Amino acid sequence: MEAHAHASVGHAELEIPYNVHPRPDTGVYNGKLGIWLFLASEVMLFGALFSSLILLRTGAESWPRGYEFLNIKLATFNTFILILSSVTVVMAWSHLRLGNLKKGRIYISATVLCALIFLTAKGFEYSHEFHEGRFPKTNNFLGIYFTMTGLHGLHILGGVIVFLYFLGPGAKMWAKEPERYTNRIEIVGLYWHFVDLVWIFLFPILYLM
Amino acid sequence: MALRRQIRVGSQWMYADEAHKALREAMRVMKDEEQGAHGGHHQSWIRRYVFSTDHKWIGIQYGFTALLFLMLGFCLMILMRLQLGWPGTAFSAMKLLGESRAPGGVLLPEAYNQLGAMHGTIMIFLGIVPLAVGAFGNYLVPLQIGAPDMAFPKLNMASYWCYLPGGLIMLASFFVPGGTAQSGWTSYPPLSVIASAGQTWWLIGMVFLITSSLLGSVNFIVTIIQLRAKGLSYMRFPFFVHAQFVTSFLLLLAFPPLEAAAVLQLMDRVAGTSFFLPSGLVVSGQALTNAGGGNPLLWQHLFWFLAHPEVYVLILPAMGIVAEIIANGTRKPLWGYKSMVFATVFLGFMSFVVWAHHMFLTGMGTTISAFFQTTTMIISIPSVIILSSLFISLWGGAIRFTTPMLFALAFLPMFGIGGLTGLPLGLAAADIHLHDTYYVIGHFHYVVAPGTIFAMFAGIYYWFPKATGRKLNDFWGRVHFWISFVCINGIFFPMFAQGLAGVSRRLYDGGMQYAHAKQIAAQTNPFMSICAIGLLVAQVPFIINFFYNAIAAAMGHRDEGLGSNPWESTTMEWAATTSPPLAHGNFEVLPEVYRGPYEYNVPGEAAAFIPQHMPDATEPAPRGGLLPATAVAMREN
Amino acid sequence: MNDPAAAVEPGADVHEHAGIGDPNAHHHSPEHILKEMRTYLVVFVSLAALTAITVFAFYQLKTYPLKIAITVALIIATIKGFLVAGFFMHLLSEKKVIYAVLIITVIFFIFLMALPVSHHANPFGS
Repeated sequence: MEAHAHASVGHAELEIPYNVHPRPDTGVYNGKLGIWLFLASEVMLFGALFSSLILLRTGAESWPRGYEFLNIKLATFNTFILILSSVTVVMAWSHLRLGNLKKGRIYISATVLCALIFLTAKGFEYSHEFHEGRFPKTNNFLGIYFTMTGLHGLHILGGVIVFLYFLGPGAKMWAKEPERYTNRIEIVGLYWHFVDLVWIFLFPILYLM
Repeated sequence: MALRRQIRVGSQWMYADEAHKALREAMRVMKDEEQGAHGGHHQSWIRRYVFSTDHKWIGIQYGFTALLFLMLGFCLMILMRLQLGWPGTAFSAMKLLGESRAPGGVLLPEAYNQLGAMHGTIMIFLGIVPLAVGAFGNYLVPLQIGAPDMAFPKLNMASYWCYLPGGLIMLASFFVPGGTAQSGWTSYPPLSVIASAGQTWWLIGMVFLITSSLLGSVNFIVTIIQLRAKGLSYMRFPFFVHAQFVTSFLLLLAFPPLEAAAVLQLMDRVAGTSFFLPSGLVVSGQALTNAGGGNPLLWQHLFWFLAHPEVYVLILPAMGIVAEIIANGTRKPLWGYKSMVFATVFLGFMSFVVWAHHMFLTGMGTTISAFFQTTTMIISIPSVIILSSLFISLWGGAIRFTTPMLFALAFLPMFGIGGLTGLPLGLAAADIHLHDTYYVIGHFHYVVAPGTIFAMFAGIYYWFPKATGRKLNDFWGRVHFWISFVCINGIFFPMFAQGLAGVSRRLYDGGMQYAHAKQIAAQTNPFMSICAIGLLVAQVPFIINFFYNAIAAAMGHRDEGLGSNPWESTTMEWAATTSPPLAHGNFEVLPEVYRGPYEYNVPGEAAAFIPQHMPDATEPAPRGGLLPATAVAMREN
Repeated sequence: MNDPAAAVEPGADVHEHAGIGDPNAHHHSPEHILKEMRTYLVVFVSLAALTAITVFAFYQLKTYPLKIAITVALIIATIKGFLVAGFFMHLLSEKKVIYAVLIITVIFFIFLMALPVSHHANPFGS
């Protein structure tokens, strides 16, 4: 057994225990715990925005209903696309666990494609709203709509950047440490599912209420 | 007892001092190897010292940066106190603020607001939290749990490199037209929304700082759970680790609502939204053209949802430091360790349900006020448990009145005053009279200044030898302590009297413009300001002491007779590795833990103290231990 | 016992010693992974169906009071959320430490949602 978790002087990069294989008593590897903690903070971030939406809406004299002018068909399409991207990323991770980098990369690329379609559709939505003279400052509903979907969109963009990294320079890790690479995709996948989860709640609350 | 100590190294008995010398030489050779000599791996200067991923160096980066920001925040306070002591007087020091803020050296009221807002922001977000968590936490937690580094070293580096730009953005805001943020560190809208550009910079700086905190807190929690040594169960943690653990959860879960609020306020300021702006606002005679319909109280709720847990972020690491020093300085285990741990967890949990006690006067109904008043009273209980346990821990101890111990001991009554004066503020009825008065300022400064900051000083004096191999000068440490202690009480104690008399906070003239406040303001403010200047003078010996010894250490001048465990401590950061610890991986061999954290003067054991990682008090060659002989010294008393 | 290198170190990789007690052993078999992939497809179809139901229900409930529409929409969204979290994020088979983190988060999330309620529920003078 090579002591690959043994900390020693003189190595270029320090070996951190439980980076790849789980710690026996907790059953998780470091990155898994780390990403769930990060997602916990994201729950509080989006939760605060939902909370603000509720406070503003229940205190407002008048509040427009989203469906009066927002594009429900496009948003429904976007919801399907995002759910599809959640499936593709979990398929990617499964294929990587089966040792198939090629199929893994295909599914990661599919995820990125779905994400870009989502962002493009969002772009059309936003420009349509601006065209009709509806801006964040027009009223508080639009303000919260643009802020929440905008922040969500930034999270999608962040995920795309990370996926592209793992398709590109990050893929070198597969040759030397395939399990570590697979774990990384699992971690990004968890982040991605969370972004999907937020949209699952954003969609009805903003568009259908 | 002048016998030269002998220790067993491998199969040989050696004189301890010779062994230490040989070991240090070996360490030096290995360090050189690592840095490129002798054919070892070479790290560029930038990778080693600028973008380091070593938690010890990152801790030192945080420490230096935070101390500089603390000094800056302190200087802002000095300028404020000059104004408060002698309102409207010209001071040459004021001229540092420039003509637009202090024409002819006389501070303008708007400029006073800038000083106030930034003093608070800098002290809390750029000074204390980075020092308590980023510096002490980063440096000590992996060592105390027997880990080679943090779980995510690169993330650690990223968190420092979000903190520094955030701090620089805050600094840059001073030079923006209209000046820096001037709506209080609390940035209440509508004022903060209509304020000048500096407020936008404040918000952006906060986003960087919050990001830094989030990255750091994830790292701490994963490190503590996953990388603790074999045998280190949760109830064997040094109390400092528990404190940092709960603090990290507070940072993780409480900061995001403020981040959301900052985004909303940025939208209000930059995109013209009205999240926090009600309809019908008129500013300087002109009606605002925004859509309106917003709620200023939304900001207050979101802000205080973070800011209340934030104050526990300020105090918990300090309690952790004091607990370590008291256990070590009394030569006996902490009394009520288990209760302290559960109290800390309960405190962290409760801190999320008390926030609206900062909002008693915003028009809340009596039911909601009663709810928050109740939770606030309940949350005082765990603080009392922790403080009482620390006091009782002194009983029957063989107290060593070292400089760190002086600061740690002073923390106890000072935090006591701070905590007790919080009680009338937490009672809604009494708060009607005391809200937004100097009573509040006195209360929170007692907790943070002679409270947390004294604990920080205690920690610096205590752990300086760990990080550098040198002790700070003891005489000047005591001078620093006594003058600071007297002056700091002189500044803050009169504030309670001022508050009770009705002197409001954030008044640029300290209350002189109000008939009911004039007399007490005139009686107390000059005295308090003189004490502030005294406090400034008291820091000079500390600054010289610190830099002199830090530079000497950096140049390689170690304290030859000091050893790795000068305070004869049981926790792993002292006993299981060198001082300073090994540059790469902390320990030669990762230690294993066999006992609790405070085995001092254990009845029935000959040894005066038994480090956590030692299986047996008398066995001289434990795995991971470098100084077994220290455990064989005779028991005290 | 005298040679440190021979003993199992605290950070050692115990995965190689996987036996009956190893919680991760069964997760690595190809059959199990293929079974999981089939589950993901079933979940995907369910999510797509629930999305369609959400929109359909919305059109049906337009004439009903807002509270009913919100409740129905949130119930469907919650079910979808559970499917994503339980299967895609494999929360249904996660470890205790993750559950602990999430329970703490849920509790504080509830406090956060109580924020607007606490604001509106009891105004001054009521």
